[in-house]
Amino acid sequence: MRGQVSRKTIFAFIGPAVIGLALVGIAPLLYAVWTSLHFYNLTKLKRVEFIGLENYWTVLTDEVFWQAMGRTFFLLGTALPLQLALGLIIALVLHQPGLTLIKTLCRLSLVLPMATTYAVVGLLGQVMFNQKFGVVNQLLGGADINWIGDPENAFAMIIFWDVWQWTPFVALVLLAGLTMVPGEVEEAARLETKSKWTVLRYVQLPFLLPGLVAVLILRTADTLKLFDMVFTLTRGGPGSSTEFISLMIQRVGFRGFDQGLASAQAIILLIITIILAQIYIRVFYKEV
Amino acid sequence: MTSTRSMWTQIALLGVIITVCVFPFYWMVTTSLKTQIVALEAPPVWLFEPTLDNYREALFEDGVLRTLINSLVVAVSTTLLALILGVPAAFALARFEFRGKKDLWFWFITNRMVSPIVLALPFFLIARNLGMLDKHITLILIYLTFNLPIVIWIVTDQFRGIPYDLDEAARLEGASQFTIMRKICLPLAMPGVAVSAIFSFIFSWNELMFGLILTRTEAKTAPAMAVSFMEGYNLPYGKIMATSTLIVIPVLIFALIASKQLVRGLTMGAVK
Repeated sequence: MRGQVSRKTIFAFIGPAVIGLALVGIAPLLYAVWTSLHFYNLTKLKRVEFIGLENYWTVLTDEVFWQAMGRTFFLLGTALPLQLALGLIIALVLHQPGLTLIKTLCRLSLVLPMATTYAVVGLLGQVMFNQKFGVVNQLLGGADINWIGDPENAFAMIIFWDVWQWTPFVALVLLAGLTMVPGEVEEAARLETKSKWTVLRYVQLPFLLPGLVAVLILRTADTLKLFDMVFTLTRGGPGSSTEFISLMIQRVGFRGFDQGLASAQAIILLIITIILAQIYIRVFYKEV
Repeated sequence: MTSTRSMWTQIALLGVIITVCVFPFYWMVTTSLKTQIVALEAPPVWLFEPTLDNYREALFEDGVLRTLINSLVVAVSTTLLALILGVPAAFALARFEFRGKKDLWFWFITNRMVSPIVLALPFFLIARNLGMLDKHITLILIYLTFNLPIVIWIVTDQFRGIPYDLDEAARLEGASQFTIMRKICLPLAMPGVAVSAIFSFIFSWNELMFGLILTRTEAKTAPAMAVSFMEGYNLPYGKIMATSTLIVIPVLIFALIASKQLVRGLTMGAVK
């Protein structure tokens, strides 16, 4: 019968991967839970002691933690709508017939930003947004904007790079959705109505939905993960204006040396992530 | 028929999109060819005499070459390891029925969503206690947390697309499951395997945080090196951009090769 094999065979195939991932993915998490229940400071390793849920209590009542969380979702709330709007425009332009050569060129250019090393994006930001000799101020007609040193400008700059790097992703996801619309259905709709909006809303949107949900969830997860680009560009500053959740945990754990507290923050972040992942799997992986 | 005017609007829009995507790379490469004096001119100059000094200095005097080799060793090893562990697991998920398959699948995929900082904290402490800081193997192992799920996802999907009749025929001839995988399914699944390898390589090569936290000198990766130039008052912008260019070129080449599968891979298959 199909798929009936001995347990030994199954284990031989899947065991190594399960054990491997458990060792690198689960064992450290258990260790993090252990750490989070202790006073564990890298500069005071002589007095590691069990303190129960105190770290968790500190985190949950810590304004700074929730501010970092709020900042993270604020970034998502500003960057994602921009990415969706621009991405949809790009997808619709690319979906139109004709101009094959330049469109192929355009699709290839779209691949570049999202493959770029996050750290390099941050470094590019340092160079291009420099107040004195940056090209951005030059292109803005010799403006004298302090991008990196001003809290609001720094935040805007992070939004810019996030949008630059991930709008192409949204565009290509939506374009993939648009090409799923059967040609005859789209043509029939275009004969019925002149309004591009009507076609988009009633004919194309249903095909875009799976992609849109994927984008929403992946961008949420990626924003919670966001570290490399911001770390290279602003280190979370000035002040704490661009300190997103992953940066904050890194600061507490490695620059503040409080591994216990940072672990508690990480575990709480993990719980939030798992809830999100649950939603993701429920929506997309029903077939398995 | 498209009118001429709307065609020109389209061309203009496409031109803008391409320019915005490509301009930062243009600026990166040109800055990397500037001397420090030219790089610090305000406002920036667009025409100047290019020099390769930054590349020479970065590669051979500051040790960027070594960190590139480290990155290459780590990215290739972790990719190979992910394939060795992941391909059989993918075969099992695609072909066998067993209890707990769904949960296993869920767990593999969840790893894609976990913030690396969650693992970086305990991994740092464990590596420190075991004397494994600043070693290639430490990075190779921790990168499995994102490479293994991506390999398993893409390859499982590929195996599912191969008709089951082929397995059946081979089994009647007395072939073991392992032989069926290796001799029959794997050759047909090669495109998926290649794409997952490219993804795994790109993610590992691009990674900064673990490289920063878990290495110092011996196993330092190229992104961590580029970031370490950012200390001090007078930043060597040309050299930073030269290093960035060296880091980015291989991933861009790979991404262009896999451009058709990029979206599918990044969404873990939510979008076909």
